[in-house]
Amino acid sequence: MIGLLAAVTEAWSEIRVNRTRVVLSLVGVFLAVFAMTTITAAGNMGRQMMAESSERAGGRPATLQAQVYSLTGSVDAQGEQRLLDAYRATAERHRIADWGLVDNSGRTLTVRFPGGAQAVPFTGVDPAYGSMHRVLVDDGRFFTAGDDEAFSPRLVVNRLFADQLGGFTDGVPLTVQLGGERPVVATVVGIADQPYSDPTMPSAYVLNSTVAQWDLGAAAGYASPPTMEMWVPDVAADALTSTIASELGASMPGYEAQVYRSDFGADLGVVDAVLAYGVRGVGVFALVLGGIGVLNVGIVTVRQRIREIGVRRSFGATGARVFFAVLLESVAATFVAGLLAVMLSIVLVSNVPLEALLPADVTLDDVPPFPVSAAVEGLVAATAIGALAGLVPATMAVRAKVIDAIRY
Amino acid sequence: MTSTIGLTRVSRSVALPDGGHLQILTGVDLRIAAGEHVAVVGRSGSGKSTLLNIIGLLDTPTSGEYLLDGEPVAGRSARRTARLRGRTFGFVFQQFNLLPGRTATENVASPLLYASGREFLARRRTARAMLERVGLGGRLDTMPEKLSGGEQQRVALARSLVRRPRVLLADEPTGALDVDTGSAVMDVLEELVRVDGTTLVTITHDLSVAARADRQFRLDHGVLTELTGDAVAAATAHRESL
Repeated sequence: MIGLLAAVTEAWSEIRVNRTRVVLSLVGVFLAVFAMTTITAAGNMGRQMMAESSERAGGRPATLQAQVYSLTGSVDAQGEQRLLDAYRATAERHRIADWGLVDNSGRTLTVRFPGGAQAVPFTGVDPAYGSMHRVLVDDGRFFTAGDDEAFSPRLVVNRLFADQLGGFTDGVPLTVQLGGERPVVATVVGIADQPYSDPTMPSAYVLNSTVAQWDLGAAAGYASPPTMEMWVPDVAADALTSTIASELGASMPGYEAQVYRSDFGADLGVVDAVLAYGVRGVGVFALVLGGIGVLNVGIVTVRQRIREIGVRRSFGATGARVFFAVLLESVAATFVAGLLAVMLSIVLVSNVPLEALLPADVTLDDVPPFPVSAAVEGLVAATAIGALAGLVPATMAVRAKVIDAIRY
Repeated sequence: MTSTIGLTRVSRSVALPDGGHLQILTGVDLRIAAGEHVAVVGRSGSGKSTLLNIIGLLDTPTSGEYLLDGEPVAGRSARRTARLRGRTFGFVFQQFNLLPGRTATENVASPLLYASGREFLARRRTARAMLERVGLGGRLDTMPEKLSGGEQQRVALARSLVRRPRVLLADEPTGALDVDTGSAVMDVLEELVRVDGTTLVTITHDLSVAARADRQFRLDHGVLTELTGDAVAAATAHRESL
């Protein structure tokens, strides 16, 4: 223990005495670690941005969508009920807790805005849709299970919809009359934009149960049964896809069942690959260049210090101790450079004004923290390059003959 | 007295690039007792430094036997030899060989980086005390380049003795100093080794420095012979005339 402490003391003393030379030799390593760490952290943010954006559209990994089509082209009420029963049975059979129906058939609500009635396209959803699609609610909230039993329909609308009603104030009920054969006053509980919808047109989310209870929604020119969405474990997604397709097909004669994965989890692997190989590849290249700089300076320094090494051998320094001390100088110096680079990177990435950098229509729900892995990688890489760059000078130091070193 | 250092028919030669051999030391016999002060004189290239390096375990003889405290030093691993060297010997070099960029205290403390736990932990206090002993208590934090030649050699003396070695090997300790400064440094050196009972081996080409030793040897073309009383007396007279 004392030996290690003494070696570290010796190495640190050497770094302190030659600080100018050491600092200059470490510029390359510092910049390489800083760049590698910062780009990795920024890449993680980019990945999170892409993930959140894709999850709003296609659901979180792994989201399966099941669609069943009538081979005759039309679905009567009895057929739709059988289909809903089949969906429910599927969820129960496979113990899928997070599932729901999504009605994207293009039906519309007749909304009586202050400026006049307007047909507003809506998406029929279940409460689970909010978490499955990471719906970003600007104001208010998304649907909860209790909304199924509310005395008036609940709506989550887009910003334009709310603005046409005079704006949304949290805590103050915003209501609107929905037309149809039986007009009903609905309550807006939140504001959330829908992916892939036209922001210049009002749109809304409506609970499927609400649509049925109050007979909301005019049919589109075509009719199709709702889609079933299931949030399942990533590892089970492939097996469930084929199994559920077979089961639905078997339970619905005269219908064709299609089950597919709708999330973009697999596609994000490309981003991961770019981060893993691209960023790290460039980082490793830069580190190698920085390491060569450290190596060069290390070799020159050992030649200049050959007499000092001889003197230390006369003090009783063993070959192993000389080797370790020279190696440790390199390792300690690059470790400190790496530490400073990582710290600077953390300060930079943690204080970056995301609002100014992200596109105007992009908002991060979960801003990723500075990735610990990037910090650890940066430190490990800096230390490793220091060890590699220190091997040659350390070997030269040990091989120097003591007598020649003293006479040098 | 117990023989601390015993060399028996020690020879040292080195291979030359043309395939031949250069004989540096030939059949050296030398016994040095504990606490004794021995001087070896000789011209440049006579093998003085090689002899000192062999005694100090920095070099190994080509043939012959070296006993340290009655134990052969040959056959030890490099690691054990290095540790034995650090524990047993202190070195004073002609060019001082102080570590650049370190204060006087840090220089004197540097051998204690290779010492045991207690010595290592107390290295700065020990170094300061040692510098006080050589009269440099007021220059503890001074860099070597700010010290005079005599002061630098006294720092080197303090450094060589900081681990309390049993044998001090001084290679031309006054070689880079003027006569007065050299004499003052030798006074300090002899006082320190006398108080501590340290064995002192001085290599010099200066007979007046050699005359201060208990015994004197001459090394000529690798052959070591003990100087007679007449030669010593002549050298002493020479010293006193200075």
